[in-house]
Amino acid sequence: MSIVDEKAKEVDAADSPAESHCATSVDDGNGIAGLTILFFIVGFTASLFVGWIVFPKLLYSEKQQPIDFNHAMHMELVDNGCESCHFFRTDGTYSGVPKLAQCIDCHQEVQGDSEHEAVFVEEYVSKGREVPWLIYSRQPDCVFFSHAAHVQLAKMDCVTCHGHIGESTSLKPYEYNRITGYSRDIWGKELKNYLGLKTNTYDRMKMNDCAYCHLEETGRKSSVSTEKDGCFVCHK
Amino acid sequence: MKIDRRCFLSLGIGVAAGTALSPLPWKAMDDSSIWSQNWPWTPVPPDGEITYTDSTCTLCPGGCGITIRKIDHRVVKIEGRKDHPVNHGGICVLGLSGPQLLYGPTRVQSPMKKINGTFRKISWNQALAEITEKLTTLRAEGRSHTVAGIAGSSRGTVSGLLQRFLTAFGSSHFYSPSSMEDSFSQTHIQHQDKKTIPGYDLENSNYILSFGAGIIDGWGSPVRMIQANSAWKTKKIKLVQVEPMLSSTAAKSDQWLPSNPGTEAVLALGFAYVILRESLYDPKAIDDHSDGFKAWGAHILNNYHPDKVAEVTGIDSQTIITIGREFGRAGKPVAICGRGQGRTPVSVAEMNAVHALNVLVGNINKTGGVFTLPEPDYISWPEIVLDATADSGLRARPISMGGEWLHRFPNAVTGNEDGINFLFVANANPCYTLTDTKEAIKAFQKIPFKVSFSSYMDETAKLSDLILPNHTYLERYEDIPVASGLRNHLVGLIKPVVDPLFQTRHTGDVIITMAKSLKGSIEASFPWKDYSECLKTGLGRNWNAFTDKGYLELNYIPEFEEVPRFAFQVPSEIPQIPLEGDESKMGLILIPGDSLRLSSGDIGSPPFVMKTVPDTVLKNNDSLVQINPKTAEKLGLKKNGYAVLKTPRGEKKVKISLSQGIGENVISFPRGLGHTAYDDYLSGKGVNFNELIGPVEDPVSGLDVAWGIRASLTKA
Repeated sequence: MSIVDEKAKEVDAADSPAESHCATSVDDGNGIAGLTILFFIVGFTASLFVGWIVFPKLLYSEKQQPIDFNHAMHMELVDNGCESCHFFRTDGTYSGVPKLAQCIDCHQEVQGDSEHEAVFVEEYVSKGREVPWLIYSRQPDCVFFSHAAHVQLAKMDCVTCHGHIGESTSLKPYEYNRITGYSRDIWGKELKNYLGLKTNTYDRMKMNDCAYCHLEETGRKSSVSTEKDGCFVCHK
Repeated sequence: MKIDRRCFLSLGIGVAAGTALSPLPWKAMDDSSIWSQNWPWTPVPPDGEITYTDSTCTLCPGGCGITIRKIDHRVVKIEGRKDHPVNHGGICVLGLSGPQLLYGPTRVQSPMKKINGTFRKISWNQALAEITEKLTTLRAEGRSHTVAGIAGSSRGTVSGLLQRFLTAFGSSHFYSPSSMEDSFSQTHIQHQDKKTIPGYDLENSNYILSFGAGIIDGWGSPVRMIQANSAWKTKKIKLVQVEPMLSSTAAKSDQWLPSNPGTEAVLALGFAYVILRESLYDPKAIDDHSDGFKAWGAHILNNYHPDKVAEVTGIDSQTIITIGREFGRAGKPVAICGRGQGRTPVSVAEMNAVHALNVLVGNINKTGGVFTLPEPDYISWPEIVLDATADSGLRARPISMGGEWLHRFPNAVTGNEDGINFLFVANANPCYTLTDTKEAIKAFQKIPFKVSFSSYMDETAKLSDLILPNHTYLERYEDIPVASGLRNHLVGLIKPVVDPLFQTRHTGDVIITMAKSLKGSIEASFPWKDYSECLKTGLGRNWNAFTDKGYLELNYIPEFEEVPRFAFQVPSEIPQIPLEGDESKMGLILIPGDSLRLSSGDIGSPPFVMKTVPDTVLKNNDSLVQINPKTAEKLGLKKNGYAVLKTPRGEKKVKISLSQGIGENVISFPRGLGHTAYDDYLSGKGVNFNELIGPVEDPVSGLDVAWGIRASLTKA
């Protein structure tokens, strides 16, 4: 008999009183294993639920625009589409959200019987106060973006980035991130946006979306006009 | 079945795995990094329409054209106007800091009245009613001649309206500061009895001999001078700087002549000696356009031998001969004077000595030389209507209609039995800029009622009884006549860039309103609806050109195109202005060191300017006095140690800054510090030079020509 066998016998002898305990353990172990798996599943599911459902709800808060605005109706009245109000100035800079000066020609007096229209004329037009619009697409201050380069040179339309807001009859609530303070539209509203997936070009406006589109359209991520790459092309 | 440690471990792993597969950690991490870049302390102007408006800077007499960049209605930057004939796009640090004067905390936001030592806000109607009542009473009592006015300049419509108001009211007490230009107009240039001011064609000169003029320290029109200096460097034109200390100008000059302070006139005559001796002068120009040359020339040749001049000035005779020859042979040389920024006049003797050099080489009214220009005269207003009260008021104290030098104002208050009962101050801060400031303030406080038109809570406004705040220069229309040694004088237009931020009113409008409320001949002397109409009608047919271009170039009056006659004057024994103080008790000479990094006039330096002041000038709240290391050693003074600086006019605690660039027994520190008003960036910082020096009148012109004062420094 080899030394190994002797040793094995010794081990067997030493373990024999514990055999019954071991058997019990294995028996109980099945139950515990089930429980363990159950706990894993509970933790896993709960955290997925929290991460995917609860967290986004907690992360964002909601504000209403100061007054409502009917894009669709105004689009019918103007000749030049979006650029009738969201125009380029003569120096090429983009005016963004219209100022009161563009509204007062028509809105010196209350038009129609909308409650919002009455508030607009009384609180803003007659007092000469600008409407503090909440801007869905506002990027952080460190992001440089030229509308002229994209709309006038690259001939992109507004919908590509801003979606079909021009067809809306009322303004959606403005959701903003409680941590960063920026609009939810930058990160996207759909859960899949969190995975970097999107259906429409206007679903998200994060840095990767800029880069992806540049790659698709021009074959490179760099700026078209300067042909330069790197952080400071966009972050100034 | 029992829940044990493993279950919880498993739960934890499940949570970890679930969390890792959810967006929570990644999104939270991303957001946190974005949040960490939200820096609310970084000022980011709101987005908006970018517009540019052209105007004129009024913060010094330079008259630069400026372009103001606005985002919507907010001023964000002031730049030099590129197509402006004065500064061609350049701008100085004070001009750049203009937005801080517009939006800073030192603005007076509404009329303020001092009640029991504290300013209270009052309405414009209340303020104007009170003034009308007081002025009506003074007039009724036959004391119209005790009303006085101080303006920052004797030129322009606002200053003109104040002077006109005083005249129509019956007072000749109008004061404005004097400068190097006044010294020039007092020289012996005969120009059909017309006041003459200098225009230097420096851009076309080929040799510059500067007697203390701080060419890149703010002399003349500062940005124009810096550009001229750069052009000289490019064209390799020689700049010789005569100055007792190594100023920025001296440091950048091609040759620095560190003369003994106050001996500039003697040195100029030393150069004249060389030009005469070596026949380097232009005999035809002298024959045609001057008188008394022979007697003067003989006197110079007898008394100003370079060896003798070297003894007085400390510049060796060989250098005097070399520079004299270079100047005489240059072709288009020019000699200029006016120490530092030229805001303090020089004596007529000194101006004559320097101007004689220009006359000798025949560069008067010639390219690259000195042009004798008329006073800017572009405003046509109707005659002033004087009633009997005004007549008697003006007769009570006859004075030339051009007004008086500001340094005589304290004496007008205290040395006159009628005194001054009522004072208007516009665009000036005499309680800071007047020399012997403490005495000037005492005189100021003796006046029963003082009205300041200041836009800012400056020293004078603080001591006034009523403040009627003017719009700042970015909120109003006004004409700014610019001389400042420019080859062609012009009038700059300032125009409102933003709507007035506060309840301020244009001083011109306030004067017109006051005149109207006083009725009678005073009202009749102000036939305009408001200041805009007054400015427009005053400029007449020039108005359109003025508003289109933003400035008006003043053309010569024909008789000024001819070279005026210059009367060579045999100088007195030594053409030097004596210093105040006893040399045996005070062995040092204190002189000011002007700098572009400090505003020394009525406008206090804004925070951006204060940030440029080096710690050899100001350390915390202490002024540093420049002193030669040898002198410091002799007096037992150490670098950065405290000392008491004493002059006959006052004493101040200062710190010591050692400098090899200043002569022995000469000490210096710049003007523009030691404010007691304005904001925390300026108030209480350093020592006001003006408090340590007093006026010294030129025996010929009566101008305050104090160029320094005797002083002592003792270890504190």
